[in-house]
Amino acid sequence: MKTDTLIIGGGLMGCSTALQLAKRGARCVILDKDSPGRHASGVNAGGLRRLNRHPAEIPLSVASAEMWHDIESLVDNDCDTRFPGQIRVAENREDMQKLQERAAMVRDLGYAHEEIIEREALYQLVPALTPDCEGALICRDDGYGRPFHALNAFRRKACSLGVECHSATRVDQIDRARKEWRVITPKGEYRAPVLVNCAGAWAGPIAATLGEPVPLKAGAPMLMISERLPRFIEPVIGAASRKLSFKQMQNGTLLIGGAHMAELDFKQQLTEMNWAKLAVSARTVLALFPQLKDARIVRTWAGIEAFMPDHLPVISRSSTSAHAYHAFGFSAHGFQMSPVVGKILSQLILDDQTNLPIEPFDIRRFQKDR
Amino acid sequence: MSTAGPKAHYSLVIIGAGPAGLAAAAAAAGHGLDIALLDEQRAPGGQIYRAIESIPAERARLLGSEYRRGEDLVGAIRNSDVEYFPDTQIWSLNREREIGLVHGRSAAMISADQVVLAGGAIERPVPYPGWTLPGVMNAGAGQILLKAQGIVPANGVVLAGSGALLLLLAWQYMRAGVQIKALLDCTPMHNHLRALPYLPRALLARHYLLKGLQYKLDLKRAGISTLQNVSDMQADGEQRVESVSYRHRGRQHTIKTDLLLTHFGVIPHIQLSQAAGCRHYWDKSQQCWRPQVDEWGNSSVNGILIAGDGVGIGGARTAEHAGRLTALEAVRALGRVSQHERDRLARNDRKWMREEQHIRPFLEAFFHLPGKLLAAPADDTVVCRCEEVTAGAIRKAISEGHDDSNQVKFLTRCGMGPCQGRQCAESVTHIVAGATGKSLPEVGLFRVRPPITPLTLEQLGSLFPDETE
Repeated sequence: MKTDTLIIGGGLMGCSTALQLAKRGARCVILDKDSPGRHASGVNAGGLRRLNRHPAEIPLSVASAEMWHDIESLVDNDCDTRFPGQIRVAENREDMQKLQERAAMVRDLGYAHEEIIEREALYQLVPALTPDCEGALICRDDGYGRPFHALNAFRRKACSLGVECHSATRVDQIDRARKEWRVITPKGEYRAPVLVNCAGAWAGPIAATLGEPVPLKAGAPMLMISERLPRFIEPVIGAASRKLSFKQMQNGTLLIGGAHMAELDFKQQLTEMNWAKLAVSARTVLALFPQLKDARIVRTWAGIEAFMPDHLPVISRSSTSAHAYHAFGFSAHGFQMSPVVGKILSQLILDDQTNLPIEPFDIRRFQKDR
Repeated sequence: MSTAGPKAHYSLVIIGAGPAGLAAAAAAAGHGLDIALLDEQRAPGGQIYRAIESIPAERARLLGSEYRRGEDLVGAIRNSDVEYFPDTQIWSLNREREIGLVHGRSAAMISADQVVLAGGAIERPVPYPGWTLPGVMNAGAGQILLKAQGIVPANGVVLAGSGALLLLLAWQYMRAGVQIKALLDCTPMHNHLRALPYLPRALLARHYLLKGLQYKLDLKRAGISTLQNVSDMQADGEQRVESVSYRHRGRQHTIKTDLLLTHFGVIPHIQLSQAAGCRHYWDKSQQCWRPQVDEWGNSSVNGILIAGDGVGIGGARTAEHAGRLTALEAVRALGRVSQHERDRLARNDRKWMREEQHIRPFLEAFFHLPGKLLAAPADDTVVCRCEEVTAGAIRKAISEGHDDSNQVKFLTRCGMGPCQGRQCAESVTHIVAGATGKSLPEVGLFRVRPPITPLTLEQLGSLFPDETE
């Protein structure tokens, strides 16, 4: 079949890009080897966080936050978003100093969303926190959403605007002839002048096919969730010197992450929990919230996600073709960026330019002879 | 037996102390192996021989003669060098044969060279209107109370459903003097025809048939009649069950009761074999998922063997034989007997097991549940009781394009509660298959997300104390 743009990967980046293209009247088809949101997009921690972003990501993250705060106007659904703030706790003076330096750095870049709060303000916001913390870095209107619901909202809105989403359609071969990409799948052949690679952990071979291999590594960050508990905390909690992401979801369950990796059999798409690392995660939670010792963990899982060596995504034109684009490698912090990434790609495709600084995410940064 | 927890490693770990696990442990003992028998209950015996060591003689008598068989099985373990750990929940098992457990209150991770899973069966969860009301329970739960504590319904009971246990429990209750208000048999009449071709073979194991007929006769003599071919059964009530209504011979009936016990057969408990990554298949005749095993109980995962009803429903005696066969195979794999010796030792069990199986095709056909009961709960019927997800919500998700079990789970939270989908996985598969026209294997089961049983943060945090970020 023929279309204007072929998007490989039906995750959030792919659906967001398709939605933005469709809004401007472009036709596109999404090809997904499984079902939309089967991997990282559907099962991530759902953090909507500007707090503590890499400086290169801040402009995009800030623009994306604006879109999340008005997400209903984009996808006709609130994606179960909440904005009670995200907090990075300082457990000692050293931590506090680290956070102060961070706040100053962000301020110097011209942004005001990250601020230091002292002890008293911290305990007002998080009375349940273990005593003796020093203070925190806070981003007051950060928050979280529910990833699979967001994914579906993006996908449905895109489809309502004419996007076709083909599940269980694995890409076997890509070539270009007569100004068209030809993508061969077990379900048939697809043709379009423009190709977008949003294939997440599976994006590497596609980039390589285009002649621009990337050092992408697939990983599976583990998450665990508790039974429902009475509400006791609003903001999302992290810690200055620990691996932690901790929040009480809308329904009272605790979602605990910490970027600890599961064992991954990438070929089989199987993950195996690393209980030693989850034990560390549990100890981290109990260090900050000792009263949770009897909270029961009911489920653990790990979504398969693309990691780049510098932990920055690739959001880029292809370096080998004027008609191909990439958005992948978000290294476990892409959920928040998804609305703006779709916007950026649609601008690159339709206008050949974007108003946001994407140079740091250029795919050419991995090419030695650059 | 042991107040300290299990050691970090065993050559053989057997999970489950019912007939299969007990027989496996006894057969593996005496070969100089380091063996642990782990069981979630406080005492050995499994469901079938529950409380066998502590039961008063009077109560044991009314449970019937078959129950006493558990005494020898348990005795053999008590007099062996097998380390038996009761009160031990298994929350994780992987293909490296690492076993996450909670013994008493403490969590541990141990490993084994060979693992025999003997986790038995669970009662098949079948959602029907009102099944989540207080006062509605599984027949198995009623039997547990009878065996373990001698507790019986004080104000009488309505028994309903389909399956051998229903009849057995009615008979045991009758002997215990319980008022049985009604015995509603939901087995469709045409199952008699369905089962007929298997009758000749079943006659080779006619003691089972005769026992069933005896139970029926005894019930009839006691004035308890069974209503056959009952359909559209449902429990009604505001805060709890107040009455049960059903169709019988073309007419609608209602009967008042504050207790309804239902039973729709049993299915293998496969959460651990699923967690370990063992291959499973759908068995049309048993209407359940079963792990794939060879004639020695070897699963598709190296070093993990499965015996008893956890492989497929075969009953207590089959489980015993299978337990011994898997134990012999594990002992062989561990180099303690030759293949030849294993085959020799297995000869009787293999023969007896074949004889036991004569009755199964007949029973499976006779108690075959109608598709309507499994796949077509009304839209307002709750399917996932942990997260209170209705059949209607599941069908809505399907109609929006989420046409496999795991997508339904993502979207509706069905199966995300503390029971880990044990109660709803089958129903969801049936509903999705029914709505999409896909086959059950295509629809698939929920992916297992350990822990299989909940684990507190303190228990999890106590593991691997030397591990750091």
